[in-house]
Amino acid sequence: MEKPKKKILTGNEAIARGAYEYGIEVAAGYPGTPSSEILENVVLYKDHVYCQWSPNEKVAFETATGAAFSGRRSMVTMKHVGLNVAADPFFTVAYSGIEGAFVIISADDPGMHSSQNEQDNRNYAKFAKIPMLEPSDSQEAKDFMGEAIKISEEFDTPVMLRVTTRTCHSKSIVTLNDTRPENKKEFPPRQSQKYVMIPAHAKKRRLIMKERLEKLSKYSEESKLNVEEINDKEIGIITNGISYQYIKEVFPKASVLKLGMTNPLPMQKIRKFTETVKKCYVVEELDPFMEEQIKSAGIKVIGKEVIPEIGELNPEIIYKSITGKDFGYTNTVAELKLPTRPPALCPGCPHRGVYVVLKKLKARVSGDIGCYTLGVLPPLSSLDWQVCMGAGVSMTLGIEKGWDENVAEKLVGVIGDSTFIHSGITGLIDMVYNKGTSTIIIMDNRITAMTGRQEHPATGKTLMGEETHELNLVELVKAVGIKNVEVVDPLDLPELEKILKTEMARREPSVVITRRKCVLIDKELKRIPLEVDPEKCTGCKLCLAVGCLALSFEDKKTKVDPMLCTGCMVCARQCNFGAFKQNGTYLEFKKQK
Amino acid sequence: MSDTKNVLIVGVGGQGVITASEILSEVAMLEGYDVKKSEIHGMSQRGGSVSSHIRFNKEKVYSPTAPEGTIDFLMSFEKLEGLRWIDHLRQDAVAVINDYRWDPLPVSSGQVEYTPEVEKKIKERRKAIIYKASDVASKLGNIRATNIVLVGTLAKLLPFKKETWIEVIKNRVPPKTIELNIKAFEEGFKQEF
Repeated sequence: MEKPKKKILTGNEAIARGAYEYGIEVAAGYPGTPSSEILENVVLYKDHVYCQWSPNEKVAFETATGAAFSGRRSMVTMKHVGLNVAADPFFTVAYSGIEGAFVIISADDPGMHSSQNEQDNRNYAKFAKIPMLEPSDSQEAKDFMGEAIKISEEFDTPVMLRVTTRTCHSKSIVTLNDTRPENKKEFPPRQSQKYVMIPAHAKKRRLIMKERLEKLSKYSEESKLNVEEINDKEIGIITNGISYQYIKEVFPKASVLKLGMTNPLPMQKIRKFTETVKKCYVVEELDPFMEEQIKSAGIKVIGKEVIPEIGELNPEIIYKSITGKDFGYTNTVAELKLPTRPPALCPGCPHRGVYVVLKKLKARVSGDIGCYTLGVLPPLSSLDWQVCMGAGVSMTLGIEKGWDENVAEKLVGVIGDSTFIHSGITGLIDMVYNKGTSTIIIMDNRITAMTGRQEHPATGKTLMGEETHELNLVELVKAVGIKNVEVVDPLDLPELEKILKTEMARREPSVVITRRKCVLIDKELKRIPLEVDPEKCTGCKLCLAVGCLALSFEDKKTKVDPMLCTGCMVCARQCNFGAFKQNGTYLEFKKQK
Repeated sequence: MSDTKNVLIVGVGGQGVITASEILSEVAMLEGYDVKKSEIHGMSQRGGSVSSHIRFNKEKVYSPTAPEGTIDFLMSFEKLEGLRWIDHLRQDAVAVINDYRWDPLPVSSGQVEYTPEVEKKIKERRKAIIYKASDVASKLGNIRATNIVLVGTLAKLLPFKKETWIEVIKNRVPPKTIELNIKAFEEGFKQEF
């Protein structure tokens, strides 16, 4: 017999593999760390699975809903905050149920490695009254896709597969199968009572949901996803997801109740487990989601009294929390106060030009989510406000309306191309409708950059690699009623400055599209690095204030790393002494007033 | 505690940390070990500090991250990053460190100084081999092969067959660069301790 094929996969790759092996037919999503690589890997199976990037999570969710309502097995992927955007359909699809399986993948980010908050989306599953599964490694990520599809169809419900950054991005060995079930469903007849949620229908569905949740509770009690490992009975630990792996690392002898299905919880099984052991802990990352329910059921456990509810857990935190003992690690480096190494805009990044000009103009800036959020860090230090996708535009209007013209003249909203399409466009419609006068900059780098360079409606390419209509941002902005639209190269600092001065002063709404490809996708870019003449460099550090990693300061002179420099000139334009050279020629720029 | 061996690979986003850790985990799997590895992608790609844990054992490996203070081998592509993580090593562990300086943003923007005497501070703390791996790669024709030079040095310390490393590298790197990368691996493997 042939040996089963094994591969080391990330959790995200394993979910994609599960989608293929267990018969997903339609997959949609919007990129967001740590979820982005799921669909990027589903596309490997595009001969079997239709997959797409949608403009935002709500659209993705509804696309997958349509497929599931009409009998196709579907999935939708997003990061935790994406489910806030998709929350509207999320709650009501829970009422309708499905014809074909529907798996909702929520990738949470405990510890906020790449997010603005660390909301615990397990609460959403309970809130919407749908089942939830939580894998603890890549093999389970794949297997649980199969379980989610099975539960979805057996109980007529959407199912949440909740993963976290650590399960998404860590790799472990997975056994692959080459089976893929065929879905022979026919296009279903009309069932408006189930799929059109007018109040009369929804009231009936609400009762059915209650019955469904009771059935799911029974299922959870018997499910092999919830496993009891009885060892030493002194300590028992109830846990979920990645925390299980940490516990096995530091408490190999403890008895463990590992919950793979965490909504609804198997309360009888939990009760029985706590009665078997002398002392029982609940170890879960973030909120006391399981703990509160267990305690409400009158079961005595120890949880957040000792386990942190903020940030990621790890083996040593769990060990210290439970034993009160140190892990035997001494930090001797902390006292050296090493320089930090924060992420930065890449050398040659078009966004840098925009921030250098905004800083010069002393603009107050309402920002948004993307690489350009890095403009908040020193030395650019250019952002005042930022909340979520799309808010860069709408907050600008709110600030202007709350204040006066003097504030509006200094006010700019910045938003990326993908983010503008995601949810900036509605804010812009509002700005025109409600007579705002501020300036919005669409930082158009022709890609969804921060999450790993995914296509979007204005790139002219689909996730599956097909050519498609390229959304024209200029025409779109004009169509909503913006009369003043300018397109400018963000590395042409004098021109950008001139345009921004005019548009910021104008008592009408304006959109400035700063257009240049992300330096990581620009294949035509001729990288001609700059040099600094140490004789001419006075060590004034003005060039360093553009915050570029290609620059360094040694022996009181600026130095350029030729490996990193793209020759974008933003630093050279700051020099008052003509110290920069390219191809041996000194660069002279006319000073702007 | 288990017999799991813990390797930590660190560097700056863009230096090939992830490729090196992929190669190592693949080698361990082919040699019949259970393997887990973990790193954080996302914002850290852009010139930020990147670290990757690789753990292997003949028995089952549980946590994808190694507890602090239990690292058996550290490989660092940049010296300041090597120092940053040095305390995570066991007292008797070994560090392989590229003698290469890449200024982080607070330094390159003139806000703070790069830490002086990094090499000395590393050696005061743990046993370390510090050499100019980037120069070795540059001499071979491409500084981007630095990660494979360092992988070669790490390979000497780990219990895997040289052929397995070479097989994995061949499958992993772009076809046009196979010859260069094999040379880079061999150069790293030659490093004396």
